[in-house]
Amino acid sequence: MTTIFGYPLVVWMGQLLLGLINGSFYAMLSLGLAVIFGLLRVINFAHGAMYMLGAFVALLMATYLGLNYWVALFVAPLVVALGGAIVERTMLSRLYKLDHLYGLLFTFGLALLIEGTFRYLFGASGQPYPVPAALSGGVNLGFMFLPIYRGWVIIASLIACLAVWLLIEKTKLGSYLRASTENPVLVQSFGVNVPLLLTLTYALGAGLAGLAGVLAAPIYQVSPLMGTNIIIIVFAVVVVGGMGSILGAIITGYMLGIAEGLTKVIYPEASNIVIFVIMAIVLILRPAGLFGKDA
Amino acid sequence: MAPLLNVAGLQAWYGESHILHGVDLHVNAGETICILGRNGMGKTTTLRSIMGILSKRTGTITFDGTDLMKTSLHNTAKAGVGFVPEERGIFATLSVQENLMLPPKVAEGGMSVDEIYTLFPNLKERRNSPGTKLSGGEQQMLAMARILRTGAKCLLLDEPTEGLAPVIIQAIGDVLRTLKARGMTVVLVEQNFRFASKVADRFYVMDHGTMVAEFPVADLPNRMAMLNETLGV
Ligand SMILES: Nc1ncnc2c1ncn2[C@@H]1O[C@H](COP(=O)(O)OP(=O)(O)O)[C@@H](O)[C@H]1O
Ligand SMILES: [Mg+2]
Repeated sequence: MTTIFGYPLVVWMGQLLLGLINGSFYAMLSLGLAVIFGLLRVINFAHGAMYMLGAFVALLMATYLGLNYWVALFVAPLVVALGGAIVERTMLSRLYKLDHLYGLLFTFGLALLIEGTFRYLFGASGQPYPVPAALSGGVNLGFMFLPIYRGWVIIASLIACLAVWLLIEKTKLGSYLRASTENPVLVQSFGVNVPLLLTLTYALGAGLAGLAGVLAAPIYQVSPLMGTNIIIIVFAVVVVGGMGSILGAIITGYMLGIAEGLTKVIYPEASNIVIFVIMAIVLILRPAGLFGKDA
Repeated sequence: MAPLLNVAGLQAWYGESHILHGVDLHVNAGETICILGRNGMGKTTTLRSIMGILSKRTGTITFDGTDLMKTSLHNTAKAGVGFVPEERGIFATLSVQENLMLPPKVAEGGMSVDEIYTLFPNLKERRNSPGTKLSGGEQQMLAMARILRTGAKCLLLDEPTEGLAPVIIQAIGDVLRTLKARGMTVVLVEQNFRFASKVADRFYVMDHGTMVAEFPVADLPNRMAMLNETLGV
């Protein structure tokens, strides 16, 4: 049997895949954070709460409206995006003229408010969300048994990340977004409604978080605190990748998910902290992040 | 006929610092005017206030029947005013072509991309490189070209020749004469009045936040002594 460093290849492959699944969530969430930070200069602490909202909207749609996963996959991100747009327009946008710290504190407070409300309404314990019938079961890959749903998560997240990347790099709207990231006042003086662009960007980030939440619902328990657990890791991912770098956020998300998985093979006890160790090393060697531009 | 752009009693502030103390100027359709003045006298601030980039302002600004004092920044361009900033403002994360296509069209009658590439052949050659990889002269050309596409009626041009080689300055002069032939209205800010004398119809001299003189180009020879003194050249 093939072994690497004394561990069977099948174990490596298995953890690689599991790492890729976690990485899918990291990538989608850190992408949204990076897009929001790039344009709004706001570190969105409410990102974890938005991820949780996506999962909850899917769960509530199923429980009260009998709407299935596929409907939720489209509707829940839109609901979260709309919520994000309303929050940005009515509240966050008032803080841009102040120190960036206010935006951070506001979104932090918002996260506490949303998560506290959901905890009050639904309790802290998790609730299961069924795997959609079309994606249930699994395939034997030879080296591991892969639940089909988890494979779907990897594909769906790759598609979502690619779509956002194309939107930003290859479309007219994306060129407004990139230009506004550099010099919003000049872009607005050209006649572009930059305040609206900020709202759309926050909504896009929120929608991505919501989509990640729906994808996560059948894998993890849907609970009010599911966002708090993951968002800490995602912030570390963003620090490693470099704030504001779109491609950096995506690649780093998958990479760190994989690093986490592979660590499970060698030294399982360290798998929970490996990302933070990498973060510390990157901060020492390259404070702007792997893909960040040195300020 | 009423002037295309009319500014009266314009005052403006950066935070607490009071920079413009009642600026009066007008520009007729098709005319090129030039604002002369030493560094720090408020020329850039005047253009930024007209655009609405500087929002702490009082006075009157009307353009083509629109009250620009009541117009938000992104609607000033739609009224037909195009701004080419002193620092040029070319975007590093956009290609030359993307930079060129960035400002939305505000009216019919702008130059087509083909016409622009004929006027600025260098930009065509380099259309796929990042905007900031261009030379200073090419960046200035690009900053002007992207506004010409939009159909803006009036160009606010802030020190286009600053730091550029004589041959490029000459090329910019040619472009301005081409624009004038097409009926473009231009507000030019310059310190190089030898260059300005070849393109402007009328001059304003700015000193400490107000206009201290106004005269047509024909009067320039008689004003040389005064200019040499106020501009400190
Ligand atoms: N962003 C700013 N904040 C505060 N003061 C400024 C700012 N920009 C320019 N000023 C001041 O306003 C005055 C006029 O500047 P400016 O309009 O740029 O002059 P000019 O274009 O004629 O060289 C100067 O005293 C300058 O120091
Ligand atoms: Mg200036």
